[in-house]
Amino acid sequence: MINKPGTAEFPKEINLTIPIIPDMEVAATQTAEAVARFMEFDSDQTDEVKHALIEACINAFEHSNSEEGKVYIKFVMRPEDLLVVIQDHGGGFDVSEVPQPDIHAKVAGTDTYKRGWGLMLIESLMDSVEILSGPQGTTLTMSKLRQRGGSQ
Amino acid sequence: MINQFAVTVRKEGDYAVLYTDGYVNNLGGEKIGEAAMALIGEGVKKLVINMEKSTVINSIGISILIEVIEKIQEIEGSLVFCGLTKTIAKTFTIMGLAQFAQIADDEASAVALLG
Repeated sequence: MINKPGTAEFPKEINLTIPIIPDMEVAATQTAEAVARFMEFDSDQTDEVKHALIEACINAFEHSNSEEGKVYIKFVMRPEDLLVVIQDHGGGFDVSEVPQPDIHAKVAGTDTYKRGWGLMLIESLMDSVEILSGPQGTTLTMSKLRQRGGSQ
Repeated sequence: MINQFAVTVRKEGDYAVLYTDGYVNNLGGEKIGEAAMALIGEGVKKLVINMEKSTVINSIGISILIEVIEKIQEIEGSLVFCGLTKTIAKTFTIMGLAQFAQIADDEASAVALLG
């Protein structure tokens, strides 16, 4: 029998390794959906986790420069929240140097680079986000609280 | 993994509706961008993008939608999104897209907002 949230058997973990191949982030969202369903998240919470995971995977795909070409994802189901850890063994980056995107500049055309929204979206869609990055790679840890009655 | 993305267009009067179907990633965004730019090239200044059949989107796809918004602003046209999931609507709001393009629940409301 599968233990439901709130039982003594928590936390439970699922580990997933995906290759850096276009659209493979969608495969990760299928696992996220199953995990969120088990956690009894509502459809909006589930959707937010999926979209944050997509952005985290895309960031790793595009910016890690990982020679092994893999992204490691861990789902940790805890009584109070779902923790999702996205890790790559790439070159890392300086989080403090990531510019804050400005929609006005992008729409006006003064900023011709229309992208750069990933981290902002992850931080807005999840309840907490922590990034550790260095020459050995990047680990992004994000969580979604098990709130009853819908997301904020 | 093959992304089965499609855009279909319905033109009516002085406006057009683009119907998206599938994951709006870089390829999906490009298809929407191409269809929108073609319509603008034909002189259409009022667009509705109906995303009822696109429940997943990423920021690369959205960045191409920003290019469409930029073009619509340039020609002083109007753009309304409809059929968005709650999360996609929230994403557009977080990014600030809602300041430049309106969001409607359904297509009829979107067409009414075109002005």
